[in-house]
Amino acid sequence: MAQTGGLTLPTAKPWGLPLRPVTALRIAIIVAVVVLWEALSASGWLYRDVVPSLLAIGRALYATLSDPTFYFHLGTTAYEIGIALLIGGLSGLAVGLLLGGSKFMSRAYEAYLYYLGPCPKIIFFPLMIMWFGVGPGSKVAMGAISCFFPVALNVAGGMREIDKVLIRVGKSFRANTWQMVCKIYLPAMRHPVINGVRLGLGVALIGTLLAETKLSNRGIGFLVIQAYSIFNMPQMYALLIILFVIAIGANTLIGRFGGLDEIKQS
Amino acid sequence: MTAALANNRYLPPALGIGSLIAFVALVELLIRVGLINRFIVPMPSDIIAAFPRVIVEEHVLSRFLLTAAEAFSASILVTVFGVAGGVMLYRYQLLRRATETWVAAIAAAPLVLMYPLYLVIFGRSALTIVMMGFTAGLAPVILKTLEGLSATRRVLINVGRSFNLTPSQQFWKILFPAALPTIFVGLRLGLIFALINIVGVEFLINFGGLGQLINELAERYDLAGTYAAICFVILVSICVFILTERLERWLRPVD
Repeated sequence: MAQTGGLTLPTAKPWGLPLRPVTALRIAIIVAVVVLWEALSASGWLYRDVVPSLLAIGRALYATLSDPTFYFHLGTTAYEIGIALLIGGLSGLAVGLLLGGSKFMSRAYEAYLYYLGPCPKIIFFPLMIMWFGVGPGSKVAMGAISCFFPVALNVAGGMREIDKVLIRVGKSFRANTWQMVCKIYLPAMRHPVINGVRLGLGVALIGTLLAETKLSNRGIGFLVIQAYSIFNMPQMYALLIILFVIAIGANTLIGRFGGLDEIKQS
Repeated sequence: MTAALANNRYLPPALGIGSLIAFVALVELLIRVGLINRFIVPMPSDIIAAFPRVIVEEHVLSRFLLTAAEAFSASILVTVFGVAGGVMLYRYQLLRRATETWVAAIAAAPLVLMYPLYLVIFGRSALTIVMMGFTAGLAPVILKTLEGLSATRRVLINVGRSFNLTPSQQFWKILFPAALPTIFVGLRLGLIFALINIVGVEFLINFGGLGQLINELAERYDLAGTYAAICFVILVSICVFILTERLERWLRPVD
């Protein structure tokens, strides 16, 4: 009972009372990690700078965020991921609708997508360089390939789960294919679609950034690998922190605005 | 009529294979007539001809065994630490409430981008690759183990209580068997994540087994060889997925 109260009214704690045990434990874990990190950094057990002090990482974080060239690289990566998401997402949506709408097509082609989906996509990068050049084109292609599969599979799966009554309502109103897609299918399966986009964004980010670390002269992936090659460890940590914050933030945002929390609770 | 077509046992798969073959034949034709540049896309017949060469000259078997050994080590680590982590979070509910969202966030983070960091810490060696696979596969196993244990039916737990089982008996006789199917779903996910990252990192750092093979052939501009190696890696990963899927189905108790 007390637990339910704690979950539904998380802000009910008035000021002045001691911290809730969960918050206290979280703070304790963070403090322990920070202390352990600093101790490891000062001990000299590892090679110098492999575990830089948090102060150095903080300074690198500030320096990176206040550097205008960082925003140029961030913009390049965001542009590549955006285009990749657009191409991969839309083609995934189209293929997913096609496969989900027809049992015949699904039985003919879906197994290929299902098994190609979890393959390591980065191995296609040499081909993408041949096809689209060493510039942003090949990175966009990597992102688009990565993002296509989760979107297509989620849309196809979501389409099969649609309540048959809704489809019958649409048919009895004599809706044409376009109307069926816009008024019945997409609204009825917004959760799987949004979930697909969320997963797709995650893998598009990985595909694009990995491609940038392999062969590129701009983008965040390039900055990470440059920090590695000049052994600027604080900057590498700073860049990874920024990347993780962006990736986890985007994931949470899409999940929240897409109403994925609601279905989990219901 | 369409339902009969869709339910036909052979027709849809035959169409799938047929379109694949037709696509390959079309590419071959377009290259032969010069519409696709053969220095960008090699002819499918050349790719097929390159298979024996790649397998014999590039020591594919030993590379495959190396990648398999890396994946095996990573999955042992993932299983031990992932299941133990899940059990710990289930056992200590306070710890769970404090850290479950963190683990979920880590599961969503692009961890493979840490590979330059791992290169510095572990060196350009198989250890980096194994640790990268381990890092990528850990979070899903923890979360699925926790999910499986938490979803144990109340009635089963009560049966254990009414038999006065000790906590360790309660765990081994009731909770763990009930959670096993979900744990296997997590292990399969973890293994797949580990495998993807292992092959990916092999390609990126140009070290080790199958991933490196693709990188080397591409750098030698051996186009037919590169395509053949990519096909080979895809075939291997598909075999692994089918195998783990079968294993999971075999281990799942009959409902």
